[in-house]
Amino acid sequence: MKPIQLFTTTALLTLGLAAAAQAQTLVYCLEGSPEGFDPAPYTAGTTFDASSHAVYDQLITFAPGSTDTVPALAESWEVAEDGMSITFHLREGVQFQTTSYFTPTREMNADDVIFSFMRQIDKDHPWYAYAPGIAWEYADSTGMTSGVSEIVRVDDHTVRFELTRPDVTLLSAIPMDFGSILSKEYADQLEAAGTMERLNTHPVGTGPFTFLDYQQDAVIRYETFQDYWNGAQPIDNLVMSITIDPGVRQQKLIAGECDIIPYPNPSDIASLQDNSDLTVMQQEGFNVGYLAYNTQQPPFDNPAVRRALNMAINQDAIVEAVFQGTGRAAVSPLPPTSWAFNADLPAHVYDPEAARAALEAEGVAGLSMKIWAMPVQRPYNPNARRMAEMIQADFAAVGVEAEIVSMEWGEYLAQSGAIDRDGAVLLGWTGDNADPDNFLGVLLGCDGVGSNNRAQWCDESFDSLIQEARVTADEAARLEMYREAQEIFADQAPWFTVANSIVTMPMRANVHGYVQDPLGMHRFLGVTKD
Amino acid sequence: MLRFTLNRLLLMIPTFVGLTLIAFVFIRLLPGDPVLLLAGERGMSPERHAELMAQFGFDQPYWRQYLDYLAGLVQGDFGSSFSTKRPVIEEFMARFPATLELSICAIVLASVLGIIAGIVAAVRRGSWFDQLTMGTALVGYSMPIFWWALLLIILFSSMLGWTPVSGRIGLMYFFPRQTGFMLIDSLLSGERGAFTSAVRHLILPTVVLATIPLAVIARQTRSAMLEVLGEVYMMTARSKGLSPVRVVGLHALRNALIPVVTTIGLQVSVMMGGAILTETIFSWPGIGKWMIDAITRRDYQVVQGGLLLIALFVMIVNLGVDLLYGLVNPRVRHD
Repeated sequence: MKPIQLFTTTALLTLGLAAAAQAQTLVYCLEGSPEGFDPAPYTAGTTFDASSHAVYDQLITFAPGSTDTVPALAESWEVAEDGMSITFHLREGVQFQTTSYFTPTREMNADDVIFSFMRQIDKDHPWYAYAPGIAWEYADSTGMTSGVSEIVRVDDHTVRFELTRPDVTLLSAIPMDFGSILSKEYADQLEAAGTMERLNTHPVGTGPFTFLDYQQDAVIRYETFQDYWNGAQPIDNLVMSITIDPGVRQQKLIAGECDIIPYPNPSDIASLQDNSDLTVMQQEGFNVGYLAYNTQQPPFDNPAVRRALNMAINQDAIVEAVFQGTGRAAVSPLPPTSWAFNADLPAHVYDPEAARAALEAEGVAGLSMKIWAMPVQRPYNPNARRMAEMIQADFAAVGVEAEIVSMEWGEYLAQSGAIDRDGAVLLGWTGDNADPDNFLGVLLGCDGVGSNNRAQWCDESFDSLIQEARVTADEAARLEMYREAQEIFADQAPWFTVANSIVTMPMRANVHGYVQDPLGMHRFLGVTKD
Repeated sequence: MLRFTLNRLLLMIPTFVGLTLIAFVFIRLLPGDPVLLLAGERGMSPERHAELMAQFGFDQPYWRQYLDYLAGLVQGDFGSSFSTKRPVIEEFMARFPATLELSICAIVLASVLGIIAGIVAAVRRGSWFDQLTMGTALVGYSMPIFWWALLLIILFSSMLGWTPVSGRIGLMYFFPRQTGFMLIDSLLSGERGAFTSAVRHLILPTVVLATIPLAVIARQTRSAMLEVLGEVYMMTARSKGLSPVRVVGLHALRNALIPVVTTIGLQVSVMMGGAILTETIFSWPGIGKWMIDAITRRDYQVVQGGLLLIALFVMIVNLGVDLLYGLVNPRVRHD
């Protein structure tokens, strides 16, 4: 080899190695294992982080850090004047990912959209039961199954959802994870090969990252999808390292084995904030924890009694003791990050003397009741037992004797929904989508009495506002309705709204561009590392 | 020996059938409806609930569900996970090598160190070494695994940086899994540094999982050795002028090993329990965490199938231990 050739070869090799060495890998320490990689049959955020948030796109999505919806695979959409159909105009030139197990031959089109939704809606669809025991929980619970009669292919890049009833809240369900768009071409290939179950283990989507490999319960690997319609991501690889224990996640972050971790132990947050190698981001969670009275049973059918009991509760003390700095006092059933949150609602007043007087004025003396405490830890209530004990002490101070009851979680959920339930229930809710109806309608509407409406509260004026908002396309008008509904709620006090959690995301200080999502999703669009 | 082996194998059949019943009943004794747990706070309509119960076959009477389960088992079908929708046997086989690899390393470590410590403590009975070893063994035996593991992680991983915090291999190593055993796969991959990384990842979980068995084996070896060393034939051996190494190593140890081998066999089943916690702390992708999740979600098929497969493994280990008796002591050789 001539010296010049040797020099060139060496220089090229060095450059190549340097480029390889600089390949940026972001390690996210996921808190559990995904149940599968087809997001539609599942309801867990962990599964969505590993599937829909990395590999797939939806027709409409949420703007980073916001609950506002923005176009994604659909460039635009319109609701028919009679509210009986929604037409989506699809983006052209969107590519599906090429993987070791699938090479697409065409761009995303209407067939993929129809396939992705109809497999969940049409019981005769060949993919409706493609794996044993599969169920489409979100398609059912959001009303997609009953609300959509047909999806019509208008042309290659236009689809029309024909509805069975006018319902603008269906539009809020479109950005949800079950609305991820899968490749029909890939599904056809799997069907022909008799390996349909691979749709749930080997995903192909149009999203920012291409799936590479999953080592069961250990590591999920992705690489940046270079032909992503919204531009390739600045990092080269995304690795999700499954780390179940929060204490261990924290140690891995400190040791530099993780770049970002979710759900740290509340008691560790202060020490994480003190560590100069780390950045700790915080944001209110899209959830609410509450105590629901049974408003169909005396004396809780009297709003004045409910208001008096609420006044007896020392909300700040509860938030401080139970959430340890990871919660804030809630005033509305809607979280403050919701676009319909009414910031003008009165703040909670803690006044045991006034509470005792109000109870006496209503003729309530020697009241004894039950407080139901959840047996599990949830984002909206990290320690229900402790919370129940504090409320019990507050009630005792105004002469109300409370007994704390608890039971197995499945039983708790089932029995707490019964109309004749005895006692007030501690529970909460995390928003599925940005629509206020997902809180106000689901949890407090008359339809939910006997199930999700744990207060068994059916207020005509509140319910008519909720019903009207469901069929009103004008967002400003809807906002007014929801604001008024929250005022009625505050006045009638079917719940004591306890707290909204604060979501903490610690990360290495060299990670930039991460945006916390109000809905609790973990997405890595635009994230870079020094 | 062959007849003994066949007898033991035949005896495993009724034991296995009995276990199917225990596994089936055990998970159903726990309160909680799996379909309601699946729905969480969202709940579901009674119609939808009934539909799903029928889809999973939970609407059938228990005896019918059990017979269907047995019929599936006969054909090698352990059912499908309620949560992941994948066959239980496939899920088990994907995780079991990780648990097996960790358990083998831990039992080897515990046996080697435990037997050596036990012998030395017995030979030097009452010495500072004996007291220190047995005191440490008592502490090790009483150690809460979770606390012990976190302590080791904080010291060796976070403060000293000697070992990785968790996982089976460094994230930079990415190669196809051929056997599921990371030590073997990393060697087969030919990737530089992969094997060393796999070994480094094994150190802390192995130490944690070996702690309790090590303590038990050390104590058992010591007491068995003391018993044998007091026998008349030991005095005879010494009086014949045999070297202390031959007396202890050949005559005493071989006889003392019978109860020790039994203990090691029993520790394998204890280790399956310990693996659950160890795997959770070290994010070790084995069957321990998988079973815990399945119990929480009332994933009936996974709990049943997982219990049976673990029990089958323990039965096979016990059979192996029985056969080993013959090797360590001719007096109990089976014919």
